[in-house]
Amino acid sequence: MNSLLGPFLAVLRRDLMLAWRGRADVLVTLAFFVVVVCLFPFGVGPETNQLRAIAPGVLWVAALLSTLLSLHRLFAQDHIDGTLEQLLLSPEPTPLWVTAKVMAHWIVTGLPLVIAAPGLALLFDVEQGALGVLTLSLALGTPILALLGAVGAALTLGLRGGGVLLALLVLPLFVPVLIFGAGAVDAHLGGTGADAHLLLLAGGLLGALALTPFACAAALRIAVE
Amino acid sequence: MLEANDLACLKGDRLLFRGLSRRMASGEMLRIAGPNGVGKTSLLRILCGLAMPEYGNVVWKGKDTRRDREHFHRELLYLGHSAAQNDLLTPLENLRFACDASGDAPAEADCVAALERIGLGAQIDLPARVLSQGQRRRVGLARLFLSSSRPLWVLDEPFTALDVAAVADLAATLSRHCEAGGVVILTTHQDAPFDKPPAVLDLAEVAC
Amino acid sequence: MTTDTLNRAERSRSLFRFAAPQVFYPIAGRLAPWFAGIAAVLTVVGLYIGFFVAPTDFQQGEVYRVIFIHVPAAWMSMLIYLVMAFWAAVGLVMNTRLSFMMSQALAPTGAMFCFVALWTGALWGKPTWGTYWVWDARLTSQLLLLFLYLGFIALTRAIEDSRRADRAGAIIALVGAINVPIIYFSVQWWNTLHQGASVSLTKAPSMATTMLSGMLIMALAAWAYTFAVAFWRVRSLILERERHTDWVGAELEAEAKRQ
Repeated sequence: MNSLLGPFLAVLRRDLMLAWRGRADVLVTLAFFVVVVCLFPFGVGPETNQLRAIAPGVLWVAALLSTLLSLHRLFAQDHIDGTLEQLLLSPEPTPLWVTAKVMAHWIVTGLPLVIAAPGLALLFDVEQGALGVLTLSLALGTPILALLGAVGAALTLGLRGGGVLLALLVLPLFVPVLIFGAGAVDAHLGGTGADAHLLLLAGGLLGALALTPFACAAALRIAVE
Repeated sequence: MLEANDLACLKGDRLLFRGLSRRMASGEMLRIAGPNGVGKTSLLRILCGLAMPEYGNVVWKGKDTRRDREHFHRELLYLGHSAAQNDLLTPLENLRFACDASGDAPAEADCVAALERIGLGAQIDLPARVLSQGQRRRVGLARLFLSSSRPLWVLDEPFTALDVAAVADLAATLSRHCEAGGVVILTTHQDAPFDKPPAVLDLAEVAC
Repeated sequence: MTTDTLNRAERSRSLFRFAAPQVFYPIAGRLAPWFAGIAAVLTVVGLYIGFFVAPTDFQQGEVYRVIFIHVPAAWMSMLIYLVMAFWAAVGLVMNTRLSFMMSQALAPTGAMFCFVALWTGALWGKPTWGTYWVWDARLTSQLLLLFLYLGFIALTRAIEDSRRADRAGAIIALVGAINVPIIYFSVQWWNTLHQGASVSLTKAPSMATTMLSGMLIMALAAWAYTFAVAFWRVRSLILERERHTDWVGAELEAEAKRQ
């Protein structure tokens, strides 16, 4: 057990440490999220009722785009400096440390969005009772985005124009998460309760945790070949 | 211990070599020779299991390495072209991560000793981005001192960017590893001062 | 290395690696024109039935006739994605190149049918719903399917090394195939406006027999077309991939002599 967790913890600790030393990169993602959210009122007008109606969708789309923006960094540095090769030669199962990398990535790029979202929602005059549902839906949904995105990042590793390609590959896969995530808040505000949406998101998270690390591991092996 | 059976390597749509077979017993050291672009690095990567051969297989202790990947990688140390050093980490952190991730988990004191032995005692706490190319490679090579329990060492150009004294020390380490029953496979451009010159596999003979 | 092992290697290499595409190349070449011919005949028959024989719909008038193209195209686009994913899985498990080539040869046709289904759907929607586009479940999932096709095509084209392209494409095809039902379900949850499926196996068909037969003939034409185009495309893929082998050289020479 300990030997299995060794590489997992080593990767998690290292990636978090790297994120801490390169803090500026991390803050860019959060800043992007805030800026995108704040752009919407300029596009649709300052009318409060309208803003309130689009708020869940805006926050979710912005979170999705921010996730997408940071995804290409997930394996790029390790690929360039050869660390990825060494990790692939680790005797421990590849999906295990892939999960650690994605988890570190989410803690660094996804968690700040989840924390910032309720504050931003207040700018759109979202009812305070819905803030909890919004936060919970993001907390369940953004890890799915990171896991799915990791597969895309592994597949497009080292390709010219990889960033755009990555977006094309993963955006259709993100749609169900967006539907259930933003839908959860709408359902809560509409009075039908968000339980079904949140349960589906939780189920999706479990499914993604179980499957995507394997797809990602296979994609990484192909990419370094 | 290690058997390469009838390996063929395709790069893009060009066949680099084919029909390469070789058996290595414990205690053997093998130098892969051949002109640039003949597929030396590709061969090493195939032997390690990082790349799939177009044809043939690699057998370690009687088992196909693709079937028994985890066991094989527990006994393998591969040091490639790139030093696998992250710019933001110090040599000590990079070395410890490399060992932890591969499941070795040596004590910190041993890591420090290995770095001092390879001549990086003064740079232990500097971020890797201020190190020279040669110093970075040495951080990678420090793993050799911590990995004597892994019998198979596969090294891609280990001597480049090292000074004379370091080259001699490395050559002695490799020889000792073979004497202790290990297997070393390496590529190198320069003549290294081995007491007993290693066997040579000339890739030009099997090139297409 | 002895001559015996070399011969064995030579033989098994040609059997395992190059034989399959080499054998398939002429077969595909012989079959493709037949399928193209069948497709042409069936299209003419199907369109004739659709445009001249089938009765005018009492609700939608003549506009409904677009379904003779729309529905077969929509069926085909979904089916081709599944077939692509199937070949991708076969390729990953058995490590056969021909199956990767097959899935790449199918992708553009699938994307084309997807686009046709969307386009005709929009043309149908304008007189029926009064707008070219509604965000209903089936149109939206069709649109997302088009994106999945485009992603697959873009990824396999972006990777220069054909082996990496094959296997990376196969992974995204499989990930996409697992997601298609999820996407479909989520989009349906999100919005259900569309009329029920026009052709259903459980309840009696709500349309005239001539309409149904016209549509089925068009569907068969789409199948035959897909076979023909996929065979031609896989032939050129084989030539491109194996241009360094002896048999392709001989093949091209023979081709040049014939002309």
